[in-house]
Amino acid sequence: MKPRHQRLGLVLLGLLSLGVGAWFVLSAFQQNLVFFFTPTQVNQGEAPAAKRFRIGGMVEAGSLKRQPDGLTHSFVVTDMAQRVTVQYKGLLPDLFQEGKGVVAQGRLDADRRFVADEVLAKHDENYMPPEAAHALKQAQAARAQASGAQP
Amino acid sequence: MTPELGQIALILALGLAALLGTLSLWGAWRQDARWMALARPLAAGQFAFVALAFALLVHAFVVKDFSVAYVAHNANSLLPLPYRVAATWGGHEGSLLLWQLMLAGWTLAVARFSRQLPPDVVARVLGVLGLVGVGFLSFTLLTSNPFDRSLPAPADGRDLNPLLQDPGMVFHPPLLYMGYVGFSVAFAFAIAALISGRLDATWARWTRPWTLAAWAFLTLGILLGSFWAYYELGWGGWWFWDAVENASFMPWLVGTALVHSLSVSEKRDSFKHWTVLLAILAFSLSLLGTFLVRSGVLSSVHAFASDPRRGLFILAFLVVVIGGSLGLYAWRASAVAAPHAADGVHAPRVRFAAWSRESLLLLNNVFLLVTAGTVLLGTLYPLALDAFGLGKISVGPPYFEAVFVPLMVPVLVLMVFGPVVAWQRGSWSQAWQTLRAPALLAVALAGAVAVVARASLGVALGLLLSLWIVLGTLQLLRRRWVAVPGQPTWLARARALPLGLWGMAAAHLGVGVFVAGVTLVKGLEHAQDASLKEGDHVVLAGHDFHFVSLAKGKGANYISARATFEVTRDGRHVATLHPEKRLYLVQRMPMTEAAIDRGFTRDLYVSLGEASPDGAWGVRVQVKPFMGWVWAGCLWMALGGGLAAADRRYRLRARSTRGVAGHPSAANPSAASSPQAPGLLPPPHPVQP
Repeated sequence: MKPRHQRLGLVLLGLLSLGVGAWFVLSAFQQNLVFFFTPTQVNQGEAPAAKRFRIGGMVEAGSLKRQPDGLTHSFVVTDMAQRVTVQYKGLLPDLFQEGKGVVAQGRLDADRRFVADEVLAKHDENYMPPEAAHALKQAQAARAQASGAQP
Repeated sequence: MTPELGQIALILALGLAALLGTLSLWGAWRQDARWMALARPLAAGQFAFVALAFALLVHAFVVKDFSVAYVAHNANSLLPLPYRVAATWGGHEGSLLLWQLMLAGWTLAVARFSRQLPPDVVARVLGVLGLVGVGFLSFTLLTSNPFDRSLPAPADGRDLNPLLQDPGMVFHPPLLYMGYVGFSVAFAFAIAALISGRLDATWARWTRPWTLAAWAFLTLGILLGSFWAYYELGWGGWWFWDAVENASFMPWLVGTALVHSLSVSEKRDSFKHWTVLLAILAFSLSLLGTFLVRSGVLSSVHAFASDPRRGLFILAFLVVVIGGSLGLYAWRASAVAAPHAADGVHAPRVRFAAWSRESLLLLNNVFLLVTAGTVLLGTLYPLALDAFGLGKISVGPPYFEAVFVPLMVPVLVLMVFGPVVAWQRGSWSQAWQTLRAPALLAVALAGAVAVVARASLGVALGLLLSLWIVLGTLQLLRRRWVAVPGQPTWLARARALPLGLWGMAAAHLGVGVFVAGVTLVKGLEHAQDASLKEGDHVVLAGHDFHFVSLAKGKGANYISARATFEVTRDGRHVATLHPEKRLYLVQRMPMTEAAIDRGFTRDLYVSLGEASPDGAWGVRVQVKPFMGWVWAGCLWMALGGGLAAADRRYRLRARSTRGVAGHPSAANPSAASSPQAPGLLPPPHPVQP
């Protein structure tokens, strides 16, 4: 084989592997996107039933309950319009508090309860997770629109 | 008064940087020695004033001058002194000033250690660094002045974010910045080459040690960040594929590619355009990282600023630097392609066969770059979608892991062949002959471990890869060691081999150790959450964790609950651990302080959750096998980079490469490489196009 042919082979092999690689990367990307939904969207049935997604909002004051095993928690995430009950087994992050913003990742179970496998820890007491802020803003905008339409 | 002095120092530094960026480039353009001679003093002056400003800011923290808004935001009278000093870079403004200090430092280092370089090269490189300095200094002065007063002064400060009150804060940011900013030197050399149109093996030899040093610092910086997250965040994770981590990892990946492509440029006078492009990319990604982390686009412990002007400024700066340098590249690259066309002599085009060291290094570059691209996709796509109002999504670790591992495996397999296969045209049979023993040994050992320990296929393959890298690299060292002509002592023999070889071997061994650590910790780790009262036990992976007692404690600016755990194994005492839950008083912020018993073969990790009303505590216990190997591997990599950067050959005056003044001839690539590559073919013949 001449070096020229060798190089041609190398280039073709490179292109081929690049194509396969790109296909593989993009499919992995698509499979692992996690979408975000507000409690309102979840209760309107917009969230997928089978896929993992994120939900965000405020932890409703007084809603945090601990099961007798000491590890399973349930609390209500609200955007001040709709409420979704979240269940989570494990240690809650340091900055998890009632009345503060929270983002949880998981999926809906058969009773349309959100079973979280991850509750996100944030790093600053003044900090509101952007997703949670977004959920509150959406609900507020919807309310403003509704009250504006009525009179 | 001192804060005002700091501000004046910054303004003066900006002035000097502007002079450096204009006069020396102008001097190099006109080949005017007097203008060019200004570059070194200007670089020294810029450093002096930036260092003065930095020292004054540190001083403001040390004396608790809360009339300075930045100090009031990031410190408190109760904050211990070392953290007050570290708080200097605990916020946006100060960390930018640290950036500048590093930049001015690297600029000064180039000025100081470039005696063997032609004056016009020095002037151009320093000029480009000066321009980068202008960008950052004006950013600081216009949008993020750390010396702004807030009068009347508050009685006390808001304190440093408790997460940052840690020794990690003292070391992680400076080292990471040394790495980030260090790539500016490679960038400046690349831009200087594009401007002058002179791009040869000598250029690569000048650029290499700087790039290696920056790369080593970046490795250390990332390592420390990860190490810190491991013990501080309290969850036992050490790499989260968080956007901020990715922001530092992308320059590292491209920097790794750059280090390897520079070796081809230096030894073979080849891949040069590619190398220039990589240098531009590495620095651009460093800037992008700064933008992502500092602009408030990402919300994390690293993001301080939410002032949109800042984000806009960095974005504009990014566009100017990346757009400008890529534009320059597009415009000048073809002119640089034929450096001796004026003499009527065509540059030799170096050809190489499919199985050669060049091909292997090319593959290394392609894979590393593609990997960086996939990380970039996963990092930027959610941001872009959000910016265009198309919805909020996140891309989690599963994506990165699914993509990263398969892309890295070929790199890891091939990296053992790279140093063994000859330049230009290698031979399969020779490579096989050299590597047969390590390959068979690796298969045998990994197979034995897999059978004895009943490891999963993934763990077995990871170990095989790690053993392949370690044994193959040792074999390479052995070959070179034996080939050293008669030296009386071991030490003499070791010194007869170039430092660059030792550095490469150390870094590659580090990769092997790192792969082993990651494989074992990912494959064999155990974690359990439990609700425990004093006196309770939890058993995990053969270790018995006994919750003995809980005591109240008090620190300088926090109160704490401190637990005592006795860990035993088969009845024998292994460790006593004291995980803590702290409440920092100024910011009313709770913090988990995990307790870790580190060992050669495993880490024991205990962290406290919160207490229930009945006195039980949520506790997470973890056994993480071979965690320390992950850190050790990274340390070896950084050490390797440092050793290679210190190679004497880079500091030698490249006499043979400098022809008549103004007419530098092409370096003879084989002259530089012959002592290092015994299997080298004769220098390549010029090929007529």
